[in-house]
Amino acid sequence: MTTEPILRTSDLGVSFSTESGTVSAVRGVSLTVAPGETLALVGESGSGKSTVALAAMGLLSGNATATGSAEVAGHQVVGASEPSLRALRGSTVSMVFQEPATALDPLTRVGAQIAEVIRNHRTVTAAQAATEAVDLLRRVGIPSPEQRARSFPFQLSGGQRQRVVIAMAIANSPKLLIADEPTTALDVTVQAEILELLRKLAVDTGTGVLLVTHNMGVVADFADRVAVMLQGEIVENGGVEDVLLRPEHEYTKRLLAAVPRLDVAGDRPAAPVGAGSADAAAGRPGAAPVVDLRAVSVTFGRGARAVHALQGIDIAVHAGETVGLVGESGSGKSTAARVALGLIKPTSGTVSLFGQDLRSAKGRDRRALRSGIGVVLQDPVASLDARMSVAECIAEPLAVHRRGMSSADRRRRIDEVLDAVRLPRTLASRAPRELSGGQRQRVSLARALVLEPRLLVADEPTSALDVSVQETVLEVLGELQDDLGFACLFVSHDLAVVQHFAERVVVMRQGVVEEQGTTGTTLLHPTTDYTRRLLAAVPVPDPVLQRQRRTERLASLAAVTA
Amino acid sequence: MSAVQLAPEAPGAPVTVAATGFRLAARRFRGNTLAVIGLAVIVVIVLFCFVGPLLYPTDQTHTLLEQANQGPSAAHWLGTDAVGHDVLGRLMYGGKVSLMVGIAAGVLATVVGTLWGSVAGYVGGWVDALMMRVVDAGIAIPALFILLVISAITTPGVAGLILILGLVSWLVPSRLIRAETLTLKNRDYVLTLRAIGGSHARAIGKHLLPNSVSTIVVAATFQVADAILLVAYVSYLGLGVQPPATDWGGMLSAGLTAAYSGRWWLIVPPGLAVILIVCAFNAVGDGLRDAFDVRGR
Repeated sequence: MTTEPILRTSDLGVSFSTESGTVSAVRGVSLTVAPGETLALVGESGSGKSTVALAAMGLLSGNATATGSAEVAGHQVVGASEPSLRALRGSTVSMVFQEPATALDPLTRVGAQIAEVIRNHRTVTAAQAATEAVDLLRRVGIPSPEQRARSFPFQLSGGQRQRVVIAMAIANSPKLLIADEPTTALDVTVQAEILELLRKLAVDTGTGVLLVTHNMGVVADFADRVAVMLQGEIVENGGVEDVLLRPEHEYTKRLLAAVPRLDVAGDRPAAPVGAGSADAAAGRPGAAPVVDLRAVSVTFGRGARAVHALQGIDIAVHAGETVGLVGESGSGKSTAARVALGLIKPTSGTVSLFGQDLRSAKGRDRRALRSGIGVVLQDPVASLDARMSVAECIAEPLAVHRRGMSSADRRRRIDEVLDAVRLPRTLASRAPRELSGGQRQRVSLARALVLEPRLLVADEPTSALDVSVQETVLEVLGELQDDLGFACLFVSHDLAVVQHFAERVVVMRQGVVEEQGTTGTTLLHPTTDYTRRLLAAVPVPDPVLQRQRRTERLASLAAVTA
Repeated sequence: MSAVQLAPEAPGAPVTVAATGFRLAARRFRGNTLAVIGLAVIVVIVLFCFVGPLLYPTDQTHTLLEQANQGPSAAHWLGTDAVGHDVLGRLMYGGKVSLMVGIAAGVLATVVGTLWGSVAGYVGGWVDALMMRVVDAGIAIPALFILLVISAITTPGVAGLILILGLVSWLVPSRLIRAETLTLKNRDYVLTLRAIGGSHARAIGKHLLPNSVSTIVVAATFQVADAILLVAYVSYLGLGVQPPATDWGGMLSAGLTAAYSGRWWLIVPPGLAVILIVCAFNAVGDGLRDAFDVRGR
């Protein structure tokens, strides 16, 4: 490397002093970012990757102590005074955060927010700054930037907001851009656009980028070099192709093996599905579906402000099969799952559960129907009542539907389901907060299965989990389905997960079913443009393949616009 | 208190869980010096009022004019008032009323507010709108005005005073609990329970109430502090319990004229007692709020 690196940390360490003593979050991290180069810092939650990024900005919280050295363009950041850091931030080094909704001031027009960043570091007139702000909005690809500069953040979509955040970050042509999970809160198609934008900016201006992410597909798409972090230390550091295709460290290998890969063509490996998969794939004529949504519409609100969340959708799930419900945010997939659960009443259309109309069933019958449903929701923290023990959480469905059960029987059943989800029985008396996210989701699964349901509704059950944990949870879920033969409605935004886990897939968009069919057909040879675009936007964790996919995607986009 | 909530019909080992949550809160509470001092002050004042008369018996019913208006002495540590009652003894005697009325009224306000707020928050829709407009209307009418009107009609006893004070101060806790219920009822575990057919009663009894206990307890603490102040306030205006019974506010009221003639012992002790107990309850409330602020993590 001939050029002087823009970011150089050597033996960087960060420790936090907390109520329960000092916790060392980052130890001995040495890395460099050269101008025009993108270094991806990857790792699972708690690995310290974000802490490194914050330390490089001098933005660590008050209870943190940094040791070692972190130099940005030759300026030492560790131990630097606040005024000198302020001069550095926003001009030499700037940051793009994960959540565009909270990174912008909701009460200030976006043009003014960008102009403020410009005027913080350069002496220009307000008019000049405003003009520059419009230019920046144009550079980050916001259509009609003159009008958009006068918009408030809430008037912009999530992707546009992230573009504004990026415009603010590049306003003073920084030498280093730190992006902390810049696309994690965005849909895949928007993610692809934002990554494209960042790449273009980095290439055009020679800005060095430190990209913090957990998504190996994003790494493959964007990074030149990769540093893998595990428990506060860098375990592997090298070129993107070396690390992703020929990993050396055991942890990197495990991490990459756990990433669900989207199969793009040809044969796909056997999914961990039940014996019913062949039947299910054939559409299973004859047998009545476990849950059947017919022409279901849901409208929230009334009159001009009404939101049509679902518009006449048909979804059926048969015994033993898994149906994946995919779509971008706002597509209505979670609403559809909640209609199936009876939590939301459809405005029109019918929902039948186990062959009975949910609306005509009353009182005792309705309760009996409900006992055949198990539910796993997304948030591992909010899914379990913090004031109950694990055993109480799992036993709750028993308390509702099997009131006569003796406490000895109940305890035996709890032990059985704990075994089934591969959790040690000793966890029964623990509080949910003492468990990890993956363990909590398995407790949710145990609770869902304790009544041996015929239908399991899982709404993004693994979205909040690290990939390796996700793998275990999905494995347990698949095995249990083989044993118990329940039907599963699996809501997810992750096409790769659905491809591996579901036999059939329903693609939703803006409240309507865009396309449905067997996973093998629909996700490999989609018939609609929307599904095709959705699939093309998913980054795969293989830099060579991803480069090819990116070129194809851009070519097809150009063909559409041309 | 969370142990009590969880104990009935719970399988497994609920008590240990409640205890760990409670123990964590207790540890945080112990780390808060001001709150611990507040708790100590409350304990001392309660002992002073309820056990004190046993160790320091005084006559608080008969008028003893030959002993009237004496300054502090060995026989009467805090002197005597205009009708010859020992002031230290009267401080205990009046404190009993102040504490009883204050605590009972504070608890009553919290209970009514909790029921009202949780029903409004849980049911939602037009029921919520209607119930909250009632609260808004109630808040718009000054409590003092209501108290004056009531006292013009009737002279309340201790029970009446508790009822009246409780019923004018439930409005604020009802808003607090409604907000808490709104966030809790959309938690995933409540949705899960409803999806598998759990009843509303179960959702409220097993999830909403236990999880709002901390909010309720903190609200109750502040309510008690407010109610003690309010008792002093209404008695000072002559609307409280009638002589020979008294409370700290009544003592202040009775002693006010004497204070100008230098008999400070009629004014300073009850005044200090009110300030101390109100500050102590507020400190404990602050401590409890911080201690409970670790839920769900």
